[in-house]
Amino acid sequence: MMMLGNFDFDVIRRALPYLFFEGMRFTLTLTALAAFGGLVFGTLIALMRLSSYKWLGRIAGFYVDFIRSLPLVLVIFWFYFLVPYIGQWLTGASRPITVGAFASSLITFIAFEAAYFSEIMRAGIQSISKGQPAAASALGLTYAQSMRYVVLPQAFRNMLPVLLTQTIVLFQDTSLVYVLSIPDFLGAASKVAQRDGRLVEMYLFAALVYFVISCVASFGVRRLQSRIAIVR
Amino acid sequence: MIEINHVNKWYGPTFQVLKDCTTSVAKGEVVVVCGPSGSGKSTLIKCVNALEPIQGGDITLDGVKVNDPKTDLPKLRSRVGMVFQHFELFPHLRIIDNLCLAQEKVLGRKHDDAMTKGMKLLERVGLKDHAKKFPAELSGGQQQRVAIARALAMDPIAMLFDEPTSALDPEMISEVLDVMVDLAREGMTMMVVTHEMGFANKVADRVIFMDRGEIVEDAKKADFFGTPRSDRAQKFLSKILQH
Repeated sequence: MMMLGNFDFDVIRRALPYLFFEGMRFTLTLTALAAFGGLVFGTLIALMRLSSYKWLGRIAGFYVDFIRSLPLVLVIFWFYFLVPYIGQWLTGASRPITVGAFASSLITFIAFEAAYFSEIMRAGIQSISKGQPAAASALGLTYAQSMRYVVLPQAFRNMLPVLLTQTIVLFQDTSLVYVLSIPDFLGAASKVAQRDGRLVEMYLFAALVYFVISCVASFGVRRLQSRIAIVR
Repeated sequence: MIEINHVNKWYGPTFQVLKDCTTSVAKGEVVVVCGPSGSGKSTLIKCVNALEPIQGGDITLDGVKVNDPKTDLPKLRSRVGMVFQHFELFPHLRIIDNLCLAQEKVLGRKHDDAMTKGMKLLERVGLKDHAKKFPAELSGGQQQRVAIARALAMDPIAMLFDEPTSALDPEMISEVLDVMVDLAREGMTMMVVTHEMGFANKVADRVIFMDRGEIVEDAKKADFFGTPRSDRAQKFLSKILQH
């Protein structure tokens, strides 16, 4: 009770424009771009894993296992500080290339999500009966066409709830960019908290916002899931 | 039109599904392939458009060697229609889009032309009113008729049917067979794997009987139903015709 007595709602109110227009915008942009990139690359990795060329499948399998056995926060950190030097080495430049915090974190998240989304898309592709690609081939569609027009749309539709759930996890994970002191939503809240000495208010509020958004999104996914189940 | 010469096929190192199969289907001919389950008849028909690879022998389709690595398989397959046991309509596409997809993506037809062709064929199989529906909204018999229309939309030089009525409820079998009979009477070259001996009797020119991966009997319809030469074909016929 004592804590609530000291609770300063006005700190939150004053910080709202900054928190949402700067912080949340960054968080949502990063989430959307990483989810999109992760889906595109994840689908390619899934196709590699399922391809009849064994070595392609092995490379993709190694990549997925490798990524999944690394702590995300470590990679975000590592990537940010090492990529300029790797870039320098690759391009032969005389000094480390500059990679912005946003670009760096986006690439890291895409690389990570690609590994997770690839497993989802692989399950989705495998859930389509073999008769479907056979029918597509029998009509004269090439492998690429049969994937693009027949198999992947169905795999994507079947897996949409799982993909969205993974995106909600991603939305929460983007808060890890705080290690690069990027003002995402959590980073922005943390900045205000330290500036005004209002840690309790700001961190509680941040937790509440993440909780509400994730909850509403999960509820939406569940409704979508039941609708898809009816259509199918 | 279809030449099958000494075809051998194995699943794995030991199990031989097709043993030295040789037969042919001439232009305009209707050939029915029958036999007990596991006899390799479905496998054989899937080898004709290379949905299944073969390990020995040759298959030629309208003069093009199917099992030649240099053959443009998608192009070759687009010229032969195939109808599957489980219909295999694309469930995420409306009926009319099922008919248009390959016309546009493979033959490069304009959308309007593909639509016109598709609607004409739907009318022909009696399903014009269902064009905007999704496959799941149709009965099995209707879906199979759509599948036939989808194959015909590619203007095929021959049609392959892989047990087109085995997954259907009995009351829906005749609506599918009617479409196939019409097609046969119009002179379509057809290779049909089926147990429907009534269909064979009505329109087949020749009947092939397979057992354990071999072509045991390959005879004119009258000879096959009149006096099958082999014991196995006789037994098979007496079993399926006694009811």
